[in-house]
Amino acid sequence: MLTYLRKRIISSALPLVVVVVGVFALARLTGNPASLYLPLNATEAMREDFVVRNGLDQPLWIQMGRYFGGILRLDFGTSMRTGQDAADMALRAFPATLQLAGMTMAIAIVLAVFVGSAAALKPNGILDRFASFLSMTAASIPDFWLAIVGIWVFAITLGWVPTSGVAGAAAWVLPVATLVMRPFGALVQVIRGAMVSSLSEPYIKLARSKGATQYRVVGSHALRNAAAPGLTVAGDLTVGLVNGAVVVETIFGWPGIGKLMIDSILQRDFAVLQACVLLTAVAIFILNILIDLGYALLDPRVRPSAGARGRRRARSARRGNPTEIKDPAATGASV
Amino acid sequence: MTQTHSGTASAQPKRSRAEQLGRPSMWRMLLRDRFATLAALILTFVTLTAVFGPALMGELATRQDLMFMNKPPFDPSNGWAYILGSDSLGRSMLARMVVATRTTLMVAVPAVLLAMVIGSLWGVWAGYHRGRRENISMRLADIIMSFPSLLLAVVVLYVFSPSAANIVLILAITRIPIYMRTARAESAELQSRTFVDAARTFGTRPNAIIVRHVIPVVTPTLLTLATLEFCFVMLAESSLSFLGIGIQPPDVSWGLMVAQGRQYLQTAWWLSILPGLAIVITAVAANMLAAWMRIATDPSQRWRLTLDKATTKAFKKVIKDAK
Repeated sequence: MLTYLRKRIISSALPLVVVVVGVFALARLTGNPASLYLPLNATEAMREDFVVRNGLDQPLWIQMGRYFGGILRLDFGTSMRTGQDAADMALRAFPATLQLAGMTMAIAIVLAVFVGSAAALKPNGILDRFASFLSMTAASIPDFWLAIVGIWVFAITLGWVPTSGVAGAAAWVLPVATLVMRPFGALVQVIRGAMVSSLSEPYIKLARSKGATQYRVVGSHALRNAAAPGLTVAGDLTVGLVNGAVVVETIFGWPGIGKLMIDSILQRDFAVLQACVLLTAVAIFILNILIDLGYALLDPRVRPSAGARGRRRARSARRGNPTEIKDPAATGASV
Repeated sequence: MTQTHSGTASAQPKRSRAEQLGRPSMWRMLLRDRFATLAALILTFVTLTAVFGPALMGELATRQDLMFMNKPPFDPSNGWAYILGSDSLGRSMLARMVVATRTTLMVAVPAVLLAMVIGSLWGVWAGYHRGRRENISMRLADIIMSFPSLLLAVVVLYVFSPSAANIVLILAITRIPIYMRTARAESAELQSRTFVDAARTFGTRPNAIIVRHVIPVVTPTLLTLATLEFCFVMLAESSLSFLGIGIQPPDVSWGLMVAQGRQYLQTAWWLSILPGLAIVITAVAANMLAAWMRIATDPSQRWRLTLDKATTKAFKKVIKDAK
């Protein structure tokens, strides 16, 4: 398990470093913040002074060296906009995003498991068709539009919930309802598909012939085996949400990391942007490892006792290989 | 099952070439699925609107008329041009939405095609050769995937101008890994099959094997994926436009119209609700067509779309009696 974890950590650390370096370089391509922060009538000397004070006159690689040196000392720079510590700002915004993401995924998973399993019981039945239409529509509605419709109907016309903010439980309803749609739609389709194939397996027939109740057959035998593909998709969707639901956070004035990120991009607040990207990248890195561990819990083939071969097989299955690859050398190359 | 199918097929007087080859024609299978037919009709209508609409209504879309400010939709007394209402400058919503259709499709379609061609070829190549080429390609895909695509969009649109071409480029680059992963997985599996082995034994060059034997097999899957991606790319374009970093005024896309109408939500709901509805309908249609394609291109599921109604009824009766 430890070898596996170590391999996994090394292979996902590379994208993490590339993303941080890439963001650093790309952000500096967006232009000089001096023109944004100084008044229009600022003299040339004032501009010069601003650039030197923020170290923007140095070559890119020196700036980058300083930045990474700072990271080692846990110094993530200060915000040009507010003068606060960039890491503090990012850490303060992150819980709001995490809470929103957690709440959304919890609701989406529970709903999708029920709807997906119910639809899989009778493939092509009325319930199945209704569920597939529902999930399709849910996955095709643009979130910003749904948010606007929600505000129009429930906040402006009916006045049940506030239009924005985080005060009180009512403020959670619209953002969560808007965000739930896409994960719900995607998960229903995955869980339904996995349940259909798992319900036609021999072990289900065995369970039924032993006289197990419908509840036990579906909930315990079939669902457990259908959970693995669901976990993969749910993991990817959670990663998307942890990155910050920029549009929804902007519309509802949610003080999360997505809103902070887009604001700092628009304001050329490099230090805050980098802190946000680094924080979400690390969070996603940890999340990916947790997903892998969850995978090992669900699928015995991934467990260490099963040996290296089973692990590879399950890993290649997770990556979307349609069938097991027979050539052992080729399999080794793909890991 | 197969017997039922061939029985009905021979009873039909007219048979297309595909059917003579033992394969039902795509047309027939499309007409068999009511939802897919509807979806295809909607997408055809949207395409025709994008192609011919602006020529018919382009002028009307920019004509301002203060007599017709913020007229509500579905009121025939304002004349047909204002049947979908008008905005705060008295421009016809119908004409603006028609013009926006073209912009929206001009971004989504090239982005999907570009990403599909590059991503599929790359993925098939990586999956066929395996080894180091595959590893490096997949790591690259991981990196692109883990990049915050919004940031990439903002940077490119700041450094260069936020023109339609740049938006296409950004959307294509961020979606390439999706095709790469699928194409690689399929091609990695195909390259160990007997028919590829046979071609290799005869000394066929790798590129020729990829073109002749691998690509035809993976194409249906990738086309289905592209239909789904069309939906995603359209939503992404409208999100970018909504955030103000996509299509810029005076050009207009559906997403931009939703954004512009947002501030009039209390007085003129139709300004952002109607363009959003256009996005939803087109996206759902693309999704439904993709669902149909998944069945129609899968030989083991295709029979569902080839049975006619009488056979299905008889079939169901047999099952019922058996129970």
